[in-house]
This record gives sequence, structure tokens and C-alpha cells, in this order.
Amino acid sequence: MRRSLLFIPGNRPNMIQNGEVLPADALIFDLEDSVPAGDKDAARDLVAGALRALDFGSRECVVRINDLDTKEAKTDLDAMVRAGIHTIMVPKVRGAETIRSIASLLSDAEGAHGRQEGSTALIALLETAWGIENAMEVALASARVTGLALGGEDLSADLGCPRTKEGWEIFYSRARLVMAAKAAGMDALDTPFTDVHDFEGCERDALFARGLGFTGKLCISPFHLKAIHQAFAPSQEEIDRAAEVVRAMREGEKAGKGAVSLRGKMIDLPVVRQAERVLALAKAAGLLDDKELDHDPR
Amino acid sequence: MKLLKKARAGTLESGDIFVTVEPSDRLEITLESPVKEQYGEVILQTVHKLLDELGLESGLIVLSDQGALDCTIEARLTTALRRASDRGEDA
Repeated sequence: MRRSLLFIPGNRPNMIQNGEVLPADALIFDLEDSVPAGDKDAARDLVAGALRALDFGSRECVVRINDLDTKEAKTDLDAMVRAGIHTIMVPKVRGAETIRSIASLLSDAEGAHGRQEGSTALIALLETAWGIENAMEVALASARVTGLALGGEDLSADLGCPRTKEGWEIFYSRARLVMAAKAAGMDALDTPFTDVHDFEGCERDALFARGLGFTGKLCISPFHLKAIHQAFAPSQEEIDRAAEVVRAMREGEKAGKGAVSLRGKMIDLPVVRQAERVLALAKAAGLLDDKELDHDPR
Repeated sequence: MKLLKKARAGTLESGDIFVTVEPSDRLEITLESPVKEQYGEVILQTVHKLLDELGLESGLIVLSDQGALDCTIEARLTTALRRASDRGEDA
């Protein structure tokens, strides 16, 4: 589940250790923009050490490496694979070739450090016009890619337009990214909301993203986590409907039926998957437990 | 590992440790920490363990601890020693 993915600067030990208790679904330890050029090696050592020693529980651990065009990227990948990272976030992805190059370097690192080939997932950060236009080929470039994420700040700079809270300048890019991610069956992750003190603005932004089909949102402040989780929590109506679908499917399976209908309409696989996702979101938001699902209110 | 020049890593922020290392013909470790009385021994054990692993037998090492975890101490010392030595990150 990736409702919230919180960036943590890779060279700040106190912030890294706070990751053990923050309620984010994923922690993105950043080796790129938040780390000064002279401290790249230090951040790498710090994040690798934390990954080995600290207990981040069920949170997905992601590392944003440096741009593939820099001399840091390969060293980042090798150090993070050696430290047992789950997922690598690749910045400034321009097209499929970026992903294929990273996947190849990952295979080398996994082989060198005794990890199963293919075990490290990728999130592609699209933050240029090229990246957005190539979203579909990026999503399909490697089986390692499990999500597309939008970097709205760099993208606005690339587009040469001001970044606003309303976000109309990135509307097309958001829609395009969601379409590619959904077509490829992976997570669509929205750009961070950058006004740290505007909680209502963050919730509005996250609700808008959810309405477009995003499955989660990047985040630069722990103070935004609650707003993001509220925005991605399903409504009671959605939960009731999803529970009805899942119950109907279970009853159909028990009765040995190949096809199941609810209120005269066939339930097909995409509907069941969406219902299961709504219930998973409801559980994550503390709005549902398994007993409630087993209980039929009719 | 051999130290060739003076180098440092880390900060004086809470939860961090500021490490300075430089070449010397003897091994000398100086530790400053607000929790030296309670954890000084443990911190020095962490430092000696890493020095043994890296095969470093001499050098001046000054540690200004601000309540860093073991993994932070190891990371900062590793960075400082690498910066001061002839070793790359793959070593």
C-alpha cells in the first residue's frame, strides 16, 4: 500500500531515525536533491547503515538515487542493494532507456551481493516533458517498475511555467501519468504538496489527485501524512459497496459459481480488484476490520 | 587502510556525531559526548570494532557525539576514514 511516501533527507540522522515511528506507508531516503554535492558519500553511508540497523517495520523503504547521468548513481545502487533496499526511486526518467540501464546495473549489484535478481523494485520519477510524454514506455520498460511518480516542481521548470497551488500547469501531466500507470497495472503517485504549513491545501490537493486516479502521494513533511491519509480513505458508501462485492464473490465461490452477479449486474475481475483495494484502504485508515467484512448487515 | 590527510564527516546536530581523523604514528581516540558517562564505553567499542575491520592501526580520531545511534557513529566514522585514506567506496 502506497498512500503516502515521505521524503527524508539522506544526510540527516535524526530525521532518518524518526522514520521508525512516522505513520507513512513508505519512506524515501533521499540521496539526490536534498544532499549537497560534497556530502553524497556521507549520505550513502548513513542511509546504508540505517537500512541495516534500524527497524522500519512494515514501511516500504525506498531510496531516491542520484541522476543516472552523474557519477554517483552506480555507487548509490551498489551500496543500497548491498544494504537490502526494497525499492529504488529513479529521478529524471526521460524514457525506457533510463529504466533499462538502471535495471541492468541493479542486476549486476544483486548478483554481486547475493540478492535474487529482480528483487529490487523501481519507482520512476517523471519530472520532465520527455518523461511525461514517454510515461507508457517507461512503465513497460522493466518488470521491476511498480509505480510512476510525478515531480511537479522540476516539471514546471522544464515547462517554463510557474508552479501554482491550483496545479493547472501540471493537469495534463497528472492525467497522462495516471493513464499510463493504470494501463500498465501499477501505482500512480502524485507530486508532493510543497507548502508545509497548509494542511487543508494538502488535503484538497490529495483529494484532487485521488479523483484523477492517483493511488498515493509523495510527501515532503510528516505534518502532511494525516491529510494525505484522510484524502485517500474511502467513504462509508464506497466501503459498503466494496464489502458487498467481496461478499457476493465469496458466496459465489462457495457455491462453485464461475460468474457472480450483484443486483442483476455481473461482477467482473476489475470490479472485484477495485473493491479489494477500497477495503484495503479502509483497513489502513482504521475504518474496517476483518470481522466487519465477515458480517453481512442485510 | 592508511590515512593520508585530515578529513571529517558529520555535524553537531542532535542525533549526529562530528568526526575528525588525521594521520599519526600512533592511535589516539578522543570522545566528547553528553552521554559519555552512560554510553562512552559502548561508543568506543563501536569505534574500535570498525577500526579493526578496516585494519587501521594508527591515526588521531576526535569524536564530538550529539547522541548518535551506533549505526550513525559507524557511518560517520566510515565516511571520514574513507575521505582521509586511499580507499574508494568499493573497498
